[in-house]
Amino acid sequence: MEEARYSRRAQIDGVPEADLGFGNSLAREENPMGRYTTVLGSLHEFEKGRLSIVDDDPKHYCHSNVFAVASRSEPYEKVAVGKNLEYVIEAIRAEGTSAWMAANHDEFVVLLDGEVTISFAEPGAAAIAENKDGTQRLAGDPTGRKMGRVFLKRGHQALLPKGAAYRFSAARPSVLIQQTIAGDLTRQKWAEICAS
Amino acid sequence: MAMPEPAVARGPGNTAVQVSEPDPRTGFRTFALGQFRLSRDEYFVHITWPTPKGRLEHRISADAFLRAMMRDVAWGFFYGLVNFDAMFGSRNLYGRVEFFAGRYHEAYHKAGLSYVEEFDSAFAMNVCKAILRDFCSAGFDPFAAPEETGSTWAGPKRGDNIAAIERFRIATKRMPGLFGDSPLRDDLPVNRAFADIPQDEPVVETEPGFEGKLHAFNLFKYLSRSDVTWNPSVTSVCRESLFCPTTEEYVLPIIHGNDRVEWFVQLSDEIEWEVADKETGKPRARILMKAGDVAAMPADIRHQGYSTKRSMLLVWENARLDLPKLYESGKLKPYPVEF
Repeated sequence: MEEARYSRRAQIDGVPEADLGFGNSLAREENPMGRYTTVLGSLHEFEKGRLSIVDDDPKHYCHSNVFAVASRSEPYEKVAVGKNLEYVIEAIRAEGTSAWMAANHDEFVVLLDGEVTISFAEPGAAAIAENKDGTQRLAGDPTGRKMGRVFLKRGHQALLPKGAAYRFSAARPSVLIQQTIAGDLTRQKWAEICAS
Repeated sequence: MAMPEPAVARGPGNTAVQVSEPDPRTGFRTFALGQFRLSRDEYFVHITWPTPKGRLEHRISADAFLRAMMRDVAWGFFYGLVNFDAMFGSRNLYGRVEFFAGRYHEAYHKAGLSYVEEFDSAFAMNVCKAILRDFCSAGFDPFAAPEETGSTWAGPKRGDNIAAIERFRIATKRMPGLFGDSPLRDDLPVNRAFADIPQDEPVVETEPGFEGKLHAFNLFKYLSRSDVTWNPSVTSVCRESLFCPTTEEYVLPIIHGNDRVEWFVQLSDEIEWEVADKETGKPRARILMKAGDVAAMPADIRHQGYSTKRSMLLVWENARLDLPKLYESGKLKPYPVEF
């Protein structure tokens, strides 16, 4: 059965409801049989919401969309979309194979679109700087033992354990968010990501 | 005009909960929380407090009150302000807690009709739990969406629902599903609104000698099986950085007043947020967040969200203990980034 999408925007005597910029968009998506359709964004189909200011500075809300950010990012560019003092959430476009990376603390990724494989290894001679936070790129390939691999699909979350070297690979463009600490690889370009 | 600052009364320490006999008509008891009195009838919870002009009374629809009280209890008074509505709520002092009436309602506060009383958190928690147990009748689950739990909250007292209000959840230390950490939710059914969420788990291949070192799970499956709404739970810990995803349907039962910056990542569907000034309640912004959207909630605002279809929201918190003082003192700006 074709799914029905209907709008709660009323028309009175054929006159559409005024759009005052407060986001009159449809929240509910439910087909006539009463089943729900969950809306998940993707690199190819996303719609950014809307920030409507009454009395404030829009910059204070840092409103962006991870799919919009990833659509304009280089592969494995780590773009901060959230920052809480030293901590960040980075939006990452996974495409092809990344460099080997590691951190001195646990990191986590959630895959929001596509499929990504993460390979893990002991860094060995390619160890990272010890007194540094955030993701670090290894100087070369890890020389330690292979630890294993994790295969992620949309909605899956993975642990990037403290001290383990890891690299991502994706056969087609995919989107990750990474929970970590701001580091040398973190890109901050707030004006750009919040404006679009 | 400067806001008058009421003297904060200090409530009792660890003393017994003061409670009346059941009302012969409604079956509900009346509770004392310091100088506050809380009672309920068929539809409303009535809250009274002392003012220079005598005791004032405020009423909140009992379902809204129970949903708000449930969150305040479950979250251990949460971060900052838990406004049950524009009048009544709590402020976490971490070890102690203030309950207030009118303090963050500009008109009442300016008129000198607000009241604040501070309690030992453990004592206040006992009172709140006793109120929940008494005011919540059989069949009503204050964690559930209205479509799921219906109007069983209304009417005189009819039994109770202790199982619903005393759900126990193991705190996550690193990530759910790791050995010795909080469990996944495989024993819970998929919520009706997330029947279309794939339930496959990621494949984890571990080399010999690294068993238990690598870990992954299906976060969307985990969220699709949440049996509660508007109740963040931790799914990853990077020092003090906590990912706290939650599933949201209907209205956030409290108006959360921040004592730190928090962030939202909309994982599915959409939520509309109304943002107002934490101190006065004057509107500041509205944000419609769709799947993939990210937004900060500054440290000096209060916010309430609306979600028609049950949605997945990632709430991101910084659990640093000294943040409330740093923001209150102005050492940290209330917004997260300068650009």
